[in-house]
Amino acid sequence: MNKVKLIIDGKTAEVPENTTLLKAAKTIGIDIPTLCFFELKDMNIENRPGGCRICVVEVKGRRNLAPACNTLVAEGMEVYTHNIRVLNARRTVLELILSDHPAECLTCAKSGSCELQSMAQQLGVRELPYQGEQSKYRKDTSPAIIRDIDKCIMCRRCEMMCNDVQTVGALSAVNRGFMAVVAPAFEMNLEKSPCTYCGQCVSVCPTGALTEVDHSGNVINSLAEPAKTVVVQTAPAVRAALGEEFGLAPGTLVTGKMVAALRRLGFDYVFDTDFAADLTIMEEGAELLDRLTRYLKGDKDVKLPILTSCCPSWVNFFEHYFPEMRDIPSTAKSPQQMFGPIAKEYFGKKLGIDRRNMIVVSIMPCLAKKYECQRDEFKVDGDPDVNYSLSTRELAQLIKQANIDFNSLPEENFDNPLGESTGAAVLFGNTGGVIEAACRTAYELYTGKKLENVVFEELRGMEKIRHATIDFNGIPINIGIAHGLGNARKLLEDIQEGKSQFHAIEIMACPGGCIGGGGQPYHHGRSEILKQRAAAIYREDAAKSIRKSHENPFIIELYNEFLDKPLGKKSHHFLHTHYFDKSAGAFIDE
Amino acid sequence: MAKVKLSEKKLDELKEVCKSFNNDKGELINVLHKAQSIFGYLPAELQEIIAKELHTSAAHVYGVVTFYSFFTMTPNGQHPISICLGTACYVRGAEKVLEEFKRTLNIQVGETTPDGKFSLSCLRCVGACGLAPVVLVGEKVYGRVSPDGVKDIVAEYNN
Repeated sequence: MNKVKLIIDGKTAEVPENTTLLKAAKTIGIDIPTLCFFELKDMNIENRPGGCRICVVEVKGRRNLAPACNTLVAEGMEVYTHNIRVLNARRTVLELILSDHPAECLTCAKSGSCELQSMAQQLGVRELPYQGEQSKYRKDTSPAIIRDIDKCIMCRRCEMMCNDVQTVGALSAVNRGFMAVVAPAFEMNLEKSPCTYCGQCVSVCPTGALTEVDHSGNVINSLAEPAKTVVVQTAPAVRAALGEEFGLAPGTLVTGKMVAALRRLGFDYVFDTDFAADLTIMEEGAELLDRLTRYLKGDKDVKLPILTSCCPSWVNFFEHYFPEMRDIPSTAKSPQQMFGPIAKEYFGKKLGIDRRNMIVVSIMPCLAKKYECQRDEFKVDGDPDVNYSLSTRELAQLIKQANIDFNSLPEENFDNPLGESTGAAVLFGNTGGVIEAACRTAYELYTGKKLENVVFEELRGMEKIRHATIDFNGIPINIGIAHGLGNARKLLEDIQEGKSQFHAIEIMACPGGCIGGGGQPYHHGRSEILKQRAAAIYREDAAKSIRKSHENPFIIELYNEFLDKPLGKKSHHFLHTHYFDKSAGAFIDE
Repeated sequence: MAKVKLSEKKLDELKEVCKSFNNDKGELINVLHKAQSIFGYLPAELQEIIAKELHTSAAHVYGVVTFYSFFTMTPNGQHPISICLGTACYVRGAEKVLEEFKRTLNIQVGETTPDGKFSLSCLRCVGACGLAPVVLVGEKVYGRVSPDGVKDIVAEYNN
């Protein structure tokens, strides 16, 4: 590729042609402020509509200022990124954006993580010179996500995530000029749109326009009720990211401190979703083996590939877009939803607690989990198996509110029996992790041999779509992995067209898997944070003495005492589910 | 909103149109133009069908429909009224005529009366500047219309 030389703020930069001024400046250590621009490097995720105009720079010989995110370098260009003309223009642009933004920072859910707020800080805005009419729009609250469009600055990041990355197509910019908003089709509520609640729009929104539905108030109330036994479960990905909210380096594992914090918050039992992840492997692994064995015996009716079903956003996605394939995914519930009935019907009954007096709370890296626990099929006479699902961010907020000095907490252990887990279970947080965990168990159960090396390197990594073949004692098992719903769509379309032959496929809706979930601390586009979280998950696995789900002694006990066997009658009742066709257009019955 | 029943025959025609554009989402605007000429307007149901045919999202289709003022989601009235706002008509008081139509029919430009009888739109020059200001009701041309004449025009169609 041809190189281009240019001068930025008096320094020479040499970059490949087709580089933007923004990136060229970065190569010589000059950071041009941006607002609508967003990227997740290595994942080909980029948003540069050039709409906000915060990144304007002066290019010698050009009449107008140029947006650095959208202007390509040219040989001999002379660029000024912070002369007085640029600084004045940048400030005016920001003041104009703020003129149509509610000044509610004190009470805004995004305060402290808001990129508009920090831009106002960075540029030293101390008054709002432009006052006038502000655009008003109704607030839309869905089971997981709140749209507060008055705070939208039309950066279009959510639209890019929803359409280009996830191919969900729930959001689009509609109307024009002052009336323009980002909305679902026909401006119906998000709940009626094909939204899967993956929450990736929330994770990239620079302001408080898109946030999660906050259930922490309900949890505080439950904790204060003496008659209620409040049980908490924590998803694998939470321990690899929660520390970021307390200033710890990304990738710091805070499992022990998290447990200590939950205990201090007043939860009666601090359990682990990882336990339920081990249970998921027992059920999903058995299902995989059952289908494989039948397939290898020549059964033509067997449905392969088996698709994982742990990710609630992915479940929503295929219910909306691939309903004709809904008999292919595993019927195993997600770990969150397996935990619910085991807590209420097994653990609770053992202690003599009525299910209505037990509140099950989950801490999840995910927003779709909020929706999942409200699904009707996961309730018994109206009582949900999992009462409330909080995001990693909401937990951090609760800990801060309770005056708990997180960083000086001791490391504590989960309670038993539903707190014991294996290294396989924690892998659920990473893309490729569920299938790796399944392989560890399925291999041993199928071949009857001990797995010498439990690490399947070929299933790891951040490639968007990955293929690997695992040797099951002479039988090659083809595995597919996709993270991000757009990649999942590609994989499914290939299957429909008969282009690829897989035995098992793992899909996670969010980039990187749950570690990049919509409920995690905001990464602000720093993709290295996702990698550090992923590495932390692998470290947690490596440090465990038991690394295969079927060797978890409490799982073995649970089957002996209560469930009998995987895919058995009781397992089927408590741990399996069914899916629905949601493909119909849903706009009309207002 | 009640569900709109779309004619099967017209829908077949629309699907042919989509096919003629290779069901390519890049041709969305062309397809919307044809769709509006077939159905007269672009109700939500129709936009969902177009989205499906062109393999794009209904949100995207709606985004385009609401961006361009040419596209409309309300059906024209039985008697569509168009007021010319070209230069000649404008200087001879077309705006006052338009205001009078809005007042009399109690609708805005781009809207249809609740009984479905009249809809109101503006256009630019029908080539009859000698008759300015000009009003069209359906195909019929009215020249030298004054605000006072508006109620007579409306009355003509109200019986």
